[in-house]
Amino acid sequence: MRKFLSGNEAFAEGIRLARPQVISAYPITPQTIVVERLSEMVEDGSLSAEYVHVESEHSAMSCAIGASAAGARAFTATSSQGLLYMAECLYYASGGRFPIVMMNADRSTALPWNIYGDQRDSLSQLDSGWIQSYAENAQEALDLALMSYKIAEDKRVQTPYMANLDGFVLTHTYETVDIPTHEQADRFLPSYETDNRIDLENPRNMAFSAGPDSNYIFKYKEHEGILAAREVIAETEKEFAEIFGRKYTGLTENYRTDDAEYIIVTLGSIAGLCRETADKLRENGVKAGVVRIRYMRPFPNEEIAAVLKNAKAYAVLEKDISFGNEGTVFTNVNSALKKAGVNINGYNFIGGLGGRNISAGDIENIYESIAKGTESVNFIGIGGEDNGK
Amino acid sequence: MRPYVREKKSFTFDEVPENTSFEAGYLTTVNSGWRSIRPVINATKCVGCEQCYLYCPDGVISINGGKAAIDYDFCKGCGICAKICRIGAIGMEAERK
Repeated sequence: MRKFLSGNEAFAEGIRLARPQVISAYPITPQTIVVERLSEMVEDGSLSAEYVHVESEHSAMSCAIGASAAGARAFTATSSQGLLYMAECLYYASGGRFPIVMMNADRSTALPWNIYGDQRDSLSQLDSGWIQSYAENAQEALDLALMSYKIAEDKRVQTPYMANLDGFVLTHTYETVDIPTHEQADRFLPSYETDNRIDLENPRNMAFSAGPDSNYIFKYKEHEGILAAREVIAETEKEFAEIFGRKYTGLTENYRTDDAEYIIVTLGSIAGLCRETADKLRENGVKAGVVRIRYMRPFPNEEIAAVLKNAKAYAVLEKDISFGNEGTVFTNVNSALKKAGVNINGYNFIGGLGGRNISAGDIENIYESIAKGTESVNFIGIGGEDNGK
Repeated sequence: MRPYVREKKSFTFDEVPENTSFEAGYLTTVNSGWRSIRPVINATKCVGCEQCYLYCPDGVISINGGKAAIDYDFCKGCGICAKICRIGAIGMEAERK
């Protein structure tokens, strides 16, 4: 069935199909609509779940952890300050290996107070032990909602999953979305089964302390779990394509990169505009390409190195900055290349902070700048034309 | 089942579970190292009234054969049991190390 939905509404439809048993939620712009739609679905009976109105994001995640520890499939959603407020609990969820799915509407963080989209909130939590996906459009958001539980709950993975949607640009923009049937979804995603739960028949100590002797082993196993998501994501997307007919390309999505000399590496909804700009530049003979990072954790080290190794230069375009250094995505991409022994010119373009628009002209400027060489770190729109340089 | 100290003190890599859950009942270390005085039950006076069992903040007192018994692996030596015992069946003695 095809419907005209926003990113938030599409994600809510995906979650309905995934049949979570517990939803704990606290509203925050621009996430609010996803939890409003889910509450309506619970109200009208089209989703059979316990819907818990909590008093904060810290409680939202704590509730989801409790539900998961009771063996339930749990969902929550947040954004920005809410994500930061629940940060303590993110580590409990990942360390406890509770495969909770959370939608995060990527939004700027205070101060100055701002409700619009950038990716500083979720990228600040890269080290929290969660899988992190970045959707580009509403259809992908719905599909990731369905795939997320299958990936997170896999015995090899057992890791919580944060599905990031760009605030407003994706969460509030309406598109035509294909909604699968419950029959298809049930065939794809079985109910959640785990031993990592409170069970009266088989009592267990849950979420305990571990001293220096074993703590390190737990952390190593947590790392192995999130790394295992690489192959599980590939398997899940293959099965998804067989049942739903839509193909996805793993941790990254490449566009016209086979012969590309200049490549923009980016993530989220801006990738569409990058592809259009690359098409336009190709008409003028510039061999432009785009790599969209779909998963920041596990990070696509091999994929990035393989696609960039024959380029002349690359730019990392991101709505993020690690103050005092550079954009975090740039740091990660450079590390991938270093490990693979790839040595080409790379430049960081930071833009879109606090929801500021990144135009097609800005993206054309990026391709031109990296072709002739520029500063290592550039701030789009600060200091005048040519990316502030 | 009351918690007890796991006999095995270290784990191999494969014995550490994927997630933070173990079969119930295990505690990996004793937790009473800072106790300076210890409660001692006078079994001839103790009537098994269970008041100390109810008041013990660490839950280390059980009733065994109608008399109070203390799990010294986890008793912190706070003395609440001695204070609450109306018949004076619990005395606090210096910890001998």
